[in-house]
Amino acid sequence: MSQAAFEQLVDISLTVNGERVEARVPAGRHVVDFLRLDLGLTGAHAGCEHGVCGACTLQIDGEIVRGCLILAAQMDGAEIWTIEGVTDSKEITDLQDNFVERNALQCGFCTPGMIFAARDILTRHQGVPSREDIREHISGNYCRCTGYEAIVDAIETTARARNSEQEAAE
Amino acid sequence: MSIRFDNPDRPNSYIGRTVPRPNARRLVEGRGRYVDDIVLPRMLHAVFLRSPYAHARIQSINTEAARAAHGVRGVFTGADLAEHCTPWVAVLAHLKGLKSAPQHPIAVDRATWTGEAVAAVVADTRAQAEEAAALIEVDYEPLQPVTDMRTALDPETPVLHPDLGDNLTFQREHVSGDPAEVMRTAPVIVESRFKTGRHTGVCVEPRSILADYNRSEKQLTVYHSTQAPHMMQVVFAEHLGLPEGAVRVICGDVGGSFGIKVHVYPDEVATATISKILGRPVKFIADRLESFATDIHARDHEIDARMALDEDGRILALDIEDLTGIGPYSVYPRTSAIEGNQVVNLCGGPYDFANYRARTTVVLQNKSPTCQYRAVGHPIAAAVTEGMVDLAAEKLGLDPIEIRRRNLIADDAYPYTSPANMRFEGLSHHKSLNKLVEMMDYPALRAEQAALRENGVYRGIGIASFIELTNPSPFMYGIGGARISAQDGCTVRMDPDGSVVAMSGVTEQGQGTEAMLAQVTAEAVGVPVQRVRVITGDTQTTPYGGGTWASRGAGIGGEAALQAGRALRENILAVAGAMLQCAPETLDIVEGNIVDLGTDTERMPLSELGRVVYFRGDTLPKGLPRELVVTRHYITSDYPFAFTNGIQASYVEVDPETGFVKLLKHWCVEDCGRVINPQLVDEQIRGGIVQGIGGALYEESLYDTEGQLLNANMADYLVPMASEMPDMIIGHVETPTRESELGAKGAGEAGTAGAPAAVMNAINDAIRPLGGRVTSMPMTPERILRSIHHLPE
Repeated sequence: MSQAAFEQLVDISLTVNGERVEARVPAGRHVVDFLRLDLGLTGAHAGCEHGVCGACTLQIDGEIVRGCLILAAQMDGAEIWTIEGVTDSKEITDLQDNFVERNALQCGFCTPGMIFAARDILTRHQGVPSREDIREHISGNYCRCTGYEAIVDAIETTARARNSEQEAAE
Repeated sequence: MSIRFDNPDRPNSYIGRTVPRPNARRLVEGRGRYVDDIVLPRMLHAVFLRSPYAHARIQSINTEAARAAHGVRGVFTGADLAEHCTPWVAVLAHLKGLKSAPQHPIAVDRATWTGEAVAAVVADTRAQAEEAAALIEVDYEPLQPVTDMRTALDPETPVLHPDLGDNLTFQREHVSGDPAEVMRTAPVIVESRFKTGRHTGVCVEPRSILADYNRSEKQLTVYHSTQAPHMMQVVFAEHLGLPEGAVRVICGDVGGSFGIKVHVYPDEVATATISKILGRPVKFIADRLESFATDIHARDHEIDARMALDEDGRILALDIEDLTGIGPYSVYPRTSAIEGNQVVNLCGGPYDFANYRARTTVVLQNKSPTCQYRAVGHPIAAAVTEGMVDLAAEKLGLDPIEIRRRNLIADDAYPYTSPANMRFEGLSHHKSLNKLVEMMDYPALRAEQAALRENGVYRGIGIASFIELTNPSPFMYGIGGARISAQDGCTVRMDPDGSVVAMSGVTEQGQGTEAMLAQVTAEAVGVPVQRVRVITGDTQTTPYGGGTWASRGAGIGGEAALQAGRALRENILAVAGAMLQCAPETLDIVEGNIVDLGTDTERMPLSELGRVVYFRGDTLPKGLPRELVVTRHYITSDYPFAFTNGIQASYVEVDPETGFVKLLKHWCVEDCGRVINPQLVDEQIRGGIVQGIGGALYEESLYDTEGQLLNANMADYLVPMASEMPDMIIGHVETPTRESELGAKGAGEAGTAGAPAAVMNAINDAIRPLGGRVTSMPMTPERILRSIHHLPE
């Protein structure tokens, strides 16, 4: 373990949503609090703070992770993307359109995390994933409002559209 | 004036159409504004120290070390807050005999459940407050806890609140006809015991409050994740000694509520009290452990049921003995007797029979308080009733569909008064049943089930009819003395550019209230729905109202919006008539334009009318009314409640080796009257079904005999996840209520009301050939295996 981990305040330098960030963070602060409290990025939500509900899911160095299970102090040199960043970059506008169109959200608290889980299977899966694959992939994210079916529909619709676009291009 | 809502070609036809929610885009982009997203200058964070004992006397509390800790701005005990906040007693006059003890925001001398707050710390950061809370020393004298509701009334069990005399908080028996005599003489009697598991709502956004008392204005502003802002305004005012007008409750985005956030929580009142004492903003966000231990629980019931039938399978009598444990206090201000009371009101509800006895016994215990959770009492009543109907069908060798056809109240029998004295204006049980049978292709499914059984595959089909109480009148709470509004208002305003703002007392929790209000307002006024902005959740700016509970938003809030929009339309047309030199009756408003009635020839846009009214009023005749702001209120009065009905079916496969249940498919046909937005109604039903499935299969707050909550985290308390849930087919029958022009009844709880019964009946249908039968929820693999192998629980 590095010397820094034992200190109360840790200096980190990283990129968040493509922007360079320098910060001095308390050693015990997890990433979701760092984003929410220090950077004002309130799109990631703290639902359970023990890594189960998935409301704080975001992307760090290409992987989707729980923002409540990783310390900000570990983020030196990391590249973080939050819902605000992937919205501004317009890379998931189709997915967001389909969530709205299908009403794949009600209270919206789980939605930013759910969008990251959805974006992940859409990026990783070749072709159109089955409904079972989609259900399995988002089964680490709680949603208490929708019953999940609309979310599965929205992801499936996005996958189909992206697939036909790709086939048309080939 | 009667609008043909069923004519899709009428002008401005938004009612009955799927229109996307205006607030959804913001939420998918992470731009929601939940209470924890709000930061105010000089804001402090509150953390509560909670009792590790289910029942203990607080001998002393030493807060010295906590007070000295870094960043701490205050430490408060129950005695400290008692000087600033009066206690409450949650009773309602119409629930005769209901009794409860005074409850304080923080326990004063005795802790009565594991998780009750015993002290609060406020500090500059939450981490500092948490560290300081760990430094508080409490000297507890553990007392014997009351944990088993079955022995709560035994003479050797300690009385939880000695002043009350016993642990019986409420009891009600209802008898109609002569059920005892019928039970003695009827040719067919079936009986069974049912148990529903104590569980909770698990909102993904925990309970959240930010209270800001401003001494210079003498005003308390509370940003609150709540369903009922006006109710909370009254509560804060009353117990903190403020005029109601000096309390403003603002409710922004709410991350799920389901009934969890319609109650008064001691720690939230404590947060407001501390803000008033310090004159600074104080935020409290429950963590997940606190959520499991202090959010209200529900559905902790054991029911003994007996049903009498004739040889043809016609129900003659039903007898229900219900026992429920509600924790140490009745919850303020709606009380914890309502759920048991609903079991009495609702058992047997879909069926035509005359002889009924039901009794609920509500007892105190040292567990988390229980109160109203989505579909209050309905899932219990439906599970018991539908379980008994299936048991009778089995005994008589009748198909579950056939026995229901013989007993459901006829579609032409309305108005109808049930043996529980519930009054039904118009229901559609048979139409709904027929539609369900067609949607699921019942005969084909039965054939598939039989064929698979030959191969050792155990599938089951479960059917459950249900009724749902919606659009409550003051008969629900108001007549009992609670300042909870059953009326709701809507203010509709046209601005100079012709856009419209609607302000309503009903609230948005994600169910789509704001979309519904926008649609109704757009149609009523005659503007494109995109030109309507909706404001909810602010006691200082919206008309007074009840908020979100008992599926009342569309039926009551929607009707107020319809009437306000209509009135604004009339006012606009009066001005337009003066401007165009013609009679207002010859004009109409279509898609934001004044047009000639009948021909729809455009005369002028609303923006031109707005320009003249707001900036060139001098050109209008003196004395011409030009009121472009209108408020209307609506309250139901013909019936105490608007009942809805529906029927669900579940198709499951049970693995007899493991006891695992695979949910293959689920169907629901429901009748909520006028459907305003088909997609939103369907999604309410789907979400409700899955919440019902949670209680049926997974969810239970488990306690040991000492009253310790054993699974207060998301890893041990299971909820439905995407991979286990089925696809759900939803259908509708529409029987609009004649009480309002809109004709809408509620749809928020129908899914939850019927799902557990349907799943239970499906499981029992699957394991019947193995000799198994489960009637205890959640129906875990262990319970299913014990039932198949006839092992005791």
